[in-house]
Amino acid sequence: MGQALLEINELAVSFSTQGGEVQAVRGVTFAVEKGETVAIVGESGCGKSVTAQSIMRLIPEPPGRIKNGTIHMNGKDLASLSEKQMRGVRGKQIGMIFQDPMTSLNPTLKVGDQLTEGILVHQKISKNEAKQEAINLLNLVGIANPEERLNQYPHQFSGGMRQRLMIAMALMCKPELLIADEPTTALDVTIQAQIIDLFKEIQRKTGVAIIIITHDLGVVAQIADRINVMYAGEIVETGTVKEIFYDPQHPYTRGLLDSVPRLDGDRTQKLIPIVGSPPDLFSPPEGCAFAARCDYAMDVCLSHDPEHTKLTDHHYTKCWLQDKRAQKPF
Amino acid sequence: MSVTTKKSANRVIEDRLFAPIDKNKAELNTLVRPSVGFWKDAWRRLLKNKLAVSGLVVIIALTIMAIIGPMLTPYSYSDQTLSNQNMGPSREHWFGTDNLGRDMFTRTWYGARISLFIGFAAALIEFFIGVIYGGISGYKGGRADNIMMRIIDILYGLPYLLVVILLMVIMGPGLFTIIVALTLTGWIGMARIVRGQVLQLKTNEYVLASKVLGADTSRIIRKHLLPNTMGPVIVSMTLTVPGAIFAEAFLSFLGLGVSAPVASWGSMANDALGVLNTGYWWRLFFPAFFISLTMLAFNVFGDGLRDALDPKLRR
Amino acid sequence: MLKYILKRFLWMILTIWVIVTLTFFLMHAIPGDPLDMGDTGSSDAASANLAAYYNLDQPLGVQYVTYLKNVATFDFGPSMTSRSRDVNDMIESGFPASLQLGIASLVFSVISGVFLGVFAALRHNKMIDYITMIIAVIGISIPNFIQSMLFINYIAVNVDFFPIARWGTWQHVILPALALASGPMAIIARLTRSNMLEVLTQDYIRTAKAKGLTSFQIVVKHALRNALLPVVTIMGALTAAVLTGSFVIERIFSIPGIGQYFVNSISNRDYPMIMATTVIYSTILVVMMFIVDILYGLIDPRIKLHSKED
Repeated sequence: MGQALLEINELAVSFSTQGGEVQAVRGVTFAVEKGETVAIVGESGCGKSVTAQSIMRLIPEPPGRIKNGTIHMNGKDLASLSEKQMRGVRGKQIGMIFQDPMTSLNPTLKVGDQLTEGILVHQKISKNEAKQEAINLLNLVGIANPEERLNQYPHQFSGGMRQRLMIAMALMCKPELLIADEPTTALDVTIQAQIIDLFKEIQRKTGVAIIIITHDLGVVAQIADRINVMYAGEIVETGTVKEIFYDPQHPYTRGLLDSVPRLDGDRTQKLIPIVGSPPDLFSPPEGCAFAARCDYAMDVCLSHDPEHTKLTDHHYTKCWLQDKRAQKPF
Repeated sequence: MSVTTKKSANRVIEDRLFAPIDKNKAELNTLVRPSVGFWKDAWRRLLKNKLAVSGLVVIIALTIMAIIGPMLTPYSYSDQTLSNQNMGPSREHWFGTDNLGRDMFTRTWYGARISLFIGFAAALIEFFIGVIYGGISGYKGGRADNIMMRIIDILYGLPYLLVVILLMVIMGPGLFTIIVALTLTGWIGMARIVRGQVLQLKTNEYVLASKVLGADTSRIIRKHLLPNTMGPVIVSMTLTVPGAIFAEAFLSFLGLGVSAPVASWGSMANDALGVLNTGYWWRLFFPAFFISLTMLAFNVFGDGLRDALDPKLRR
Repeated sequence: MLKYILKRFLWMILTIWVIVTLTFFLMHAIPGDPLDMGDTGSSDAASANLAAYYNLDQPLGVQYVTYLKNVATFDFGPSMTSRSRDVNDMIESGFPASLQLGIASLVFSVISGVFLGVFAALRHNKMIDYITMIIAVIGISIPNFIQSMLFINYIAVNVDFFPIARWGTWQHVILPALALASGPMAIIARLTRSNMLEVLTQDYIRTAKAKGLTSFQIVVKHALRNALLPVVTIMGALTAAVLTGSFVIERIFSIPGIGQYFVNSISNRDYPMIMATTVIYSTILVVMMFIVDILYGLIDPRIKLHSKED
C-alpha cells in the first residue's frame, strides 16, 4: 500500500456532558492515499463529523477529548501535536470545508480578508501576493469578477457561491488534504451537482486528496474512490465504490442503499427505511451496535462485538454474518 | 488498511448463538431516555444553581421580614423620641435610631415593605400592559404593528427617569405616583420581548406544522405561544423588580419619592447624607445594606432563572 | 448609506420635537402657580408684571410657539428662582463640570466593561470569569448613590489623594466618575461576556481556526467585532443612565453641574429651568442614539444593504 497520506488508527473520541460520557467515535481506522477521494457515510450522529473535526483537532476540548488512537499525516501523529504545532497543519497541510456556507463565513469581514488571512499566517508573502493568489483561486472555483468580489461581504453572495468561496479559502495554501464536512447538505440540488463537479475538477487540477463526509449516497457515488460506512461511532464496512454499491456485506450498508431511490432499478420497487434509531452512545451496547435494528440479528450479535472481516484487499466488514457458522441471508 | 485484531480472535463463542432472533419477541429498543418536561427540567436546573437558590431564599426572607418586621418592636416608623437621637444599635433599638429618635429597625422593615411593594406592583403592571400590547402588535402584524412599534420607538427615546421625575412633579410625590411613573415607560421592554417572541413563533415551522395539522388558534396560543413566551417574560419580570426598587430609592433619595415621615430606603439613605463621617455608621449602613441585598438577590435569582429557562442550554 | 443617515436624522428631529412638546404641556398641567412660591407679599400688579416677564399672560398656543422658537435658538429665557439670571447662564456655568463627569464615566465604563467581559468570556468557567461576574452583579446591585456615599465615608476621608466637596483637578473626577460608571460598566461587562461566548460558538470562528489562526487573531479579528455590535446598541440607554445618575452624584459630591440645578428647579417649580434641562438632557440622549445608529450601520455591513433595499 506504500505510505498513505493520512492514516487513522483506532481513533476514539468522547465528550463529557452532564449526563455522562458520550463515546462519539469508538475505534475508527482508515487511511487516505495521496490524491484519492475517501467518503465517510452514515446517518446523523454516527460520529462522521466528529471524526473529521478530530483530524483537524477542531473538537472543542473540553468537553471533547481524543481518548485513544493516532492520526498520522505524512508520518506525523496529529493527535499528539501541541496546539501551536497543530496551527501549522490547519489550513496549510489540511484545508477544511463546512456544512453551512451561510454561517461559516464571518458576516462583518470582507471576503478578501477572509480568503487571505490564512495564507498570510502560513507563508511569508505580501498582502498583494496573497490577493493575487486569492484571485487565482476564485477563478479556479468559478467566481466571476474576482477582483471586485474580494471587496464584498459574504451576504452579497448566494449559498452556492459562498460554498465556492469556502472551497477557495480551504485551497489557499495548497493543502495535500481537503476535508469536506457535508459540503452539499445545505445547498439546492442543482447547486449540489455543481459543487460536486467542482470538487472533481479541483482534484484533477491540483491532485489534492479529499475526505468527503456525507449522508447522501448520491454524492458518494459520483465522487468517491473508496467509502467508509459509519454507524454508532464505528466503521462497519469499507470498500471501493463498486464493492459498496454492488456487493454490500453489512446489513446496515444494505439498509442505506435500500432506502435511496435508484434510477437503474425496478421502478415499482419500494424504498425500505431502516426501522428504529441509533443506540445511545452514553452506554454503547455490549454486542453489535446495529443489532437492535438489524433484520438478520442473531443471539451472538447482542452479546459479542463482531470483528472486521477481510473480503478483498479493500473490502472489510464488521459483522457476525461473515462467520462461517452464520446462515447467509443474502 | 489494518484490521482490528487486538480482541482475541480465537475467543470461543458457542455455535448456538448464531441462530437468528425472532424480532417480535426480542426487547431490543429499550434504550430510550425518559423525556423531561420543559418546566420540570427548568426547575431542576434552577435548583442546581446555588446562587439563584440563595437569591430566592433571601427574597423570601426579606418578604417575611417586611411583613412582620415592623411588628417586632414597640415603636412605629414615625414615633419620635427626641431624647434618643442618633443612638447606636442596642437592646432597645436593634438598628439604632435616627436624628429624630425614630427606631431604625422599624423604619428599615417598613422601607422594605415600600420597596418590595413597588417592585412587585411595577413588575405585575408592566407584565399586563407589555403582554397585551406586545401580543397584539406581534399577532396583528402589518400596519398596526408598524404604528405600535413607532410609538414604542418614540417612548423609548424619552429618558425614562426624566419622565418619572416630571410626573412626580405634576402628580405630587407618593406611592401611587411612583408606580404610575415607573410603569409608564417600563412596559416597553416587556412589550418588545413579547412581540419578538410572537413574531418569531408566527413564522416558526413547528407552528406552521401544527396549523397544517388542524390546530386552532387557541391551541396554538396555549401549546406553542405561552410556553415559549413565558420564559423570557418571567425573567424580564424578575429583573424589573430590582429596577423599580432602585428607581424608588433614587427618587426618594432626591426627595421626590414617598414623603416624610414615611420610611423608604432611599429617603433613609438621604437622611444619612447629613451625618456622613460623623461616626453614626448605622444611619447609612442599614438602608444601604438592605437595598443592595434586595437588588442583589433579585438580580442573582433573575440571572439563574434566565439560565434555567434558556432552551439552548437544555440537554 | 446616505439615505439611511437622513432617515435616522429626521427621526431624531421628530423625537426631539415630541419631547419638547410633551415637556411644555406637562409643565403647564402642573397645578399651582409658580409665581406664588415665596412671593406671598407681592401685589396683583406686580404679579401681572411678572407674568408678562415670563410670557405667562398669553394664551397657551402663543406661549407654545414662542417656546418652540426659543428652543430652536437655544434661548431658554430667564430663570424663575433667580430672576436676574438667564437659564442659559446657569447652564453654561454648570455644563463643563457635568460634561467632564459624564464623559469620564462613559469612557471608563466602556473600556473597563469591554475588557472585563472579553476576559471573562475567554476564561469561561474559570476563576477570573466568576470573579468578574460577581463584581458585575455587585456593580448592578449597589445603587450609585449608595456607592458614592460609601466612597466618601470610607475612601475620600482616609485617602488624601481623593479630595471631595470641591471641583477643579482631575483627582476630583475619579470617585464620582467611578460611582457613576460602575453600573454601566457592569452591564457592559455582562453583555460583552455573553455575546463573546455566543460568538465564539459560531461556525465562522471554527472556519478561522481551521485556517490556522492563533486564538489571539481569532478573538481580535473575528470575535470581538461581532461581540461588540450589541454593546454599541445599548450605548444610548447607558448614556441615559449616566445622565440621570449624575443628578444624585453631583448632589452627593457637591459638584457644580446642571444636575444640581435640575433637582433644585424641580422642587422650586422653576419652569424655564426644568424645561431647559429636560430638553438638553433629552437632546443629548437622542443625538447619542442617532450616533449609535449610524455607528452600527458603519460597523455592520448588513445594515447598509437593508437601506438600499428600502
